[in-house]
This record gives sequence, C-alpha cells and structure tokens, in this order.
Amino acid sequence: MDSQTASLFSIFLSGVLLTLIAGFYCILTSTNLIRVLIGLEVLTKGVMLLIIVAGSIVGRMALAQALAITMIIIEVAVIVVAVGIVLCVHKYSGSVDTRLLRNIKG
Amino acid sequence: MNNLDVMLLVALVASAVITVMTARLLHSAIALALTSAVLTILMFRLNAPLAGVFELSVCAGLIPAILISTISLTRRLTPEALETRRKELLRRFWYLPVIVLLAGIALALVRVPLDFPAPPPAAVGSVREVLWNLRHLDLVGQIVILLGGAFGVAVLVKEAKDG
Amino acid sequence: MLPLFILAPLAVLLLFNLPMHRPTQRPTWWAALLLSVSQAVGVTVAPVSFWGQSTVLERFFAFGLTMDGLSRVLLLTIGLVVAAALLVGRQTVTMRDRQGGFTSLVVIAMIGMNGTVLLSDLFSLYVFIEITSVSSFVLVAMNRDPDGLEGAFKYLILSAVATILMIGSVALLLLVSGSTGFGAVASALKGSGHAAIPRIAVGAFVCGLLIKGGLVPFHGWLPAAYSAAPAPVSVLLAGVATKASGIYALVRLTTSVFTSSASLNETLLLVGTVSIVVGAVAALTQTDMKRLLAYSSISQVGYIVLGLGCGSELGIAGAVFHLFNHAVFKSLLFVNSAAVERRLGTTDMNRMGGLGSRMPLTSITSAIATLSTAGIPPLAGFWSKLIIVLALWRGQHYAYAGIAVLFSVVTLAYLLGMHRRVFFGKTPQELLEIREADWGLVLPAVALAVITVAVGLLIPLVFNTFLLPVGGIL
Repeated sequence: MDSQTASLFSIFLSGVLLTLIAGFYCILTSTNLIRVLIGLEVLTKGVMLLIIVAGSIVGRMALAQALAITMIIIEVAVIVVAVGIVLCVHKYSGSVDTRLLRNIKG
Repeated sequence: MNNLDVMLLVALVASAVITVMTARLLHSAIALALTSAVLTILMFRLNAPLAGVFELSVCAGLIPAILISTISLTRRLTPEALETRRKELLRRFWYLPVIVLLAGIALALVRVPLDFPAPPPAAVGSVREVLWNLRHLDLVGQIVILLGGAFGVAVLVKEAKDG
Repeated sequence: MLPLFILAPLAVLLLFNLPMHRPTQRPTWWAALLLSVSQAVGVTVAPVSFWGQSTVLERFFAFGLTMDGLSRVLLLTIGLVVAAALLVGRQTVTMRDRQGGFTSLVVIAMIGMNGTVLLSDLFSLYVFIEITSVSSFVLVAMNRDPDGLEGAFKYLILSAVATILMIGSVALLLLVSGSTGFGAVASALKGSGHAAIPRIAVGAFVCGLLIKGGLVPFHGWLPAAYSAAPAPVSVLLAGVATKASGIYALVRLTTSVFTSSASLNETLLLVGTVSIVVGAVAALTQTDMKRLLAYSSISQVGYIVLGLGCGSELGIAGAVFHLFNHAVFKSLLFVNSAAVERRLGTTDMNRMGGLGSRMPLTSITSAIATLSTAGIPPLAGFWSKLIIVLALWRGQHYAYAGIAVLFSVVTLAYLLGMHRRVFFGKTPQELLEIREADWGLVLPAVALAVITVAVGLLIPLVFNTFLLPVGGIL
C-alpha cells in the first residue's frame, strides 16, 4: 500500500473515529431516549463513511455502495422499531427520561 | 482536491458534535440531517453517487422526519425550564468538543500502518446493477427486515383487544 | 435445496398475512409449527448431501448457501426451540390480536437464524443477525409492560453498538481483502501476517459477537431482556436466538476465517471462564426465577466459549454439543417457568413452594433439566461438559479445566436451590388450588426432557452421526 493512499486513509480514518467518539459520547451521557437514538444514527454515519472509503481505496465501489444501501435499509428498520418502543414507553409512563429506565438493575 | 476533502471531514465532525450537544432535541434532529448532507457530499466526491442519493433521501429526509414526529409526540411538559436545561446540558456535554479536539490532534500525529498486501484487483469492475446479481441473499434479507419492521410497529402500536 | 430454509418460512409469512380478514391466526400458527417441526425432523433424518443438492431453486436464487455438520446441528436446534416457543406462545399470548403478530415475528426470527447458519459471507452474516435481532426487540417488548420495554430498549442499544463494531470490522476487512466472503477474507488474513489493521478488525468483530451472545463483560442487556420478556419469547431467546446468531458466528468465524491467532484463543478462554464464574455467582443470589435462569444462561454460554477457545477438534465438538444441549435444557427450564408463571401469575420464588405434588410433570421435567445442566450422568449435559473438560485438559489448560469442574458444582447448587424453593417444601396458603399446566405447556416440556435423556443415553450414536462431522470442520 503506497504512502499516498496510506495518508489519505489516515485522514479519513481520523474523521470516522472522531465521529464515532461523538456518537458513543452521546449514547453514554444522554438522559433522553430519543437523544440516544440520535447518537446511534451518528455512529451509523461514521461506519458508513468507513465502508465507502475502504471500497474507494480498494477499487470496489460497486460492492461498497451495495453494502451501504443495505445498511441504510436495515438502519431504517431498527430506528422504526426503536421509535415504536420509545412511544410505548411514553404512553406508559409519560416521559422519555433514561433515568427512569435505570430502575431495574441489569 | 485533498484540501476540500479535509474541510468536508472537519464539517462532518463538527456537525456531529453539534448534533450531540444542542440543548433542544428538535435542533439535534435538524443537525443530524445536516450531518447526513455533508456525508452525502463526501460520498459523491468518493465516487459513490447511488449510495449518496440513498443516504440523502433516507438519512437526511426520512429518518429526521420520523425523529421529529416522535419528538413532537413526546414533548416535555416543562417549556419554561428550558434555560435551566440548557445550562445543565452544557455542563454535562462540554467535555465532548474538548475530547474531540484532543483526539483529533492525537490522530493527526499517528500514522496508520498499512503494512499488509493489497488485495487482488477487482474482477468485476462493472456497474452497480450487475453487482446486484451477486448479492441476492442481501436483497432477501432487506425484504425480510422491512417486513420485520412493519410487523414490529403493528404489534407495538396497535391497540389490543382481549381475546 | 438450501434456499428452501429461507424461502419456505418467507412464503408462509407472506401467504398467511396477505388475506385482509382476521381469521388467519390459527392457521398461521399451525403452519409455523409444521415448518419448525419439519425442519427439525428433516435435518435429522436426511443427510447433508441431500440438502446440498442443486435444484431449480438455485438457478433463480443465487444465495451462495452451504451446509455442513455444524449448520446441521444448528438447524435442528432452531427447529426444536422455535416449535417449543410456538407451543408456549399459544398458551400464554392471550390477547387475540397479538397471536398473529407473535407468530409472524417468530417466523421472521427463524428466517434470520436459518440464514445465519447457512451463509458464507461476512456482510450477509450481519444482515441476517440483524433480522433476528430486530424481531427479538419487538418480541421482548410485545406486552408493552414497563419491564419489557426497558429490556427491549437496553437490548436494542447494546445490539446496535455491536452492529457498529461488526460493520467497522467488515469495512477494515474489505480494505484488506477486497471482498466480504469467508474464503476471500480468510486467505487475505493468512497472508497479512501481524499487521495492525487486520488484527484490530478481527478483535472488533469478535467483540461485537460477544455482545450479541451476552458474554461477560458485555452481558448487561441479558438478564433484563430474558426476565422481562413474555414467557415464549424467553424460551426463544435463551434457547436459540442469541446462540444461533452470536455464538454460532463465533464458532464459524474462529474455525474458518479468523484462524490466524493464538491470542484469539486466549481471549476466548478468558472470556468463557469469566462468564462461567460471574453467571454462576450471580445466579446464586437471585430470587426471581427467570432472572436466575438468565444468569445461568450466561454461565453455560461461558462453557461453550471455553470449549471453543481450546482450538482443538475435541474442544469445538464439545462446544457445539454443549450449544445443542444448552438449547434443549435451558428452553426446557424456561418452559417450566412459563408453566409456573401461568398458574401463579408471578416468578418471584419467595412466594412459591411445594408445587411438586401439584404440578408433577413440570416438576419432573424441571428436575431432569436441572441435572442435565449441572452435568450429571447419564444425561446429555454430562457428556458435553466432559468433552469440554477433556479438551481443556489435553490442551494443558489445567486451571481452566479445574474452574469448569468446580463451577459445575456451583451450577448444581443454584439450580437445586431453585428447584427446592419452587417445587419442594411447604405450600403457601394461596397456592393450594394450583393444578398442572395445560397440554400446550406440558407437551414441549416433556418432549425436550425426552430429548435430553435420549441424547445422553444414546451418546455413541450421537457421537458418530453428529459430533465427528462437526469436529471435522477444522
């Protein structure tokens, strides 16, 4: 792997890692269920960029795009189910505070 | 060429940080859409137009719409406590830009070792549509998971009648 | 023939949900039951070569599926546990409207699991594990009670984090190998030696799978989800959903794709041991029946991973055998807890006692499951634990072998304690009217108990037809 692609990859990898840090931070410190979902979304953006960059370096753009599109569709299904759960929580307890969920020790 | 990419990456990270840090959920959802838009531009620059279009329509359109409707349905009942919330959130979240800056500096100094042999050149260098013939299983998987999402929502949201 | 395992459940799903009017729920349930039972029977009776033959299906659906001894054991397990879960669900899912949704979601989970054990591509692995996970989230939250919703949300978030790790790993492996198929990635990993990025990718993927499988220290979601889920969902989750996705993937990948490192085996040995210890110790202090069983699951999965970490043929055969056995006896225990819960309305063991004379079949099958879990001969659990301990001994991991044997005793202790608290002793006043559970809850219990006894007694036959082919995948 020549050094020019190496430096290109390093730059993109740094961007991905910083995005992932933001996403993980959001999930760990949120007190609102919906904000946790937003953090999840940010994480997904990060890894999607990683897939596209990897595909671009290796020259497999068609495969990388197919993977990215599949990922987007799966992400939609997960978010839809998560929103359904959050709405049920809200209907039951009137609030979407994560601190309420810590009641039951895991 | 490279400078534009670096600026786009900085914009991506910045909008991600803004998404996490804003006090109001509504602003957070809009910032998420903005992050998706920046990602779409990056995808176009990396020669992934179809994925970019998908990303824009779904992650900058559909998902923020879903999130915003959820937010409006679960509105907090204390609109006047917004100021105190903002201060509280700022106190909790101000760590993030600091962490990101430090990590960014650290990453800029580290060189990623790419000391493995490059993979063989692409046997199939053709258009996306041709590739879709090779990933039937993923297609079926997508259909099934969409069905799963549909059934899931139906089960969770529908009012139950006793039987 | 192999696409049938994915297309048949899908056909059932679409066929029985298309008609717009209501009365399709009982037929859907019967169709799903028929599907899972015929899968279990068909996989046992017909050899791998029969299923692997090319038919007209392969011409239209180029799925690239393969089946070997390991997949066969998993398919049998999936069929058995899905059938048990459906039977339990018929009795316990009382809301008439939810029966159809429940059955459909179970069928979707089955599609996900069947696909997972037959495919040979890293990204498709992620897709089908997600299918199982998404249907599991909804199933855990199905009753919309606060505990269930919380369990489902925790499960969702941790599972999504695991997904992120897995996809990041797939991206890095794409960089290294230019593909996502098992074969291509395996050869690329062999050729890359000790480079940093491939090893990070492997580590990330394994971490993701450990989260999905509920191993320590990533087990945070498991007790909440297992105990808060409705009874049939607990059966499905504990029996097969986490096993067929996370643990199977771990077995498949460590044997076929990630074979390079010894540090991976060391990590697995350590994680397995810690899981055994933490799960068993936590189970000793529980007063809720389902939560105790959940921690017991964590402990038993630790045994499976311990066998996997040996790296030898014997260890892997033992691990897969224990996976099957665990599915059988853990599902059995959860079916029993469903029966108790149905009659009593609670799973708090402080309020139970003396149910043995009133629920004889439940009590006997629970005793059989307890003995099998603890590894008492001649039941099936004894043989799988013996094989794992032997593999550890041969691999000179004497300390791990000792811990494995020691905590077998602890397992016996907490399970016997549970059995005693529930089925022996004095009956509290309000429970004097309790009768045995309905046939729908007794039938799967008896069937699973018979299986675990039979497998234990017929161990030579089982060894030749099932285990040696599995060991041969190395």
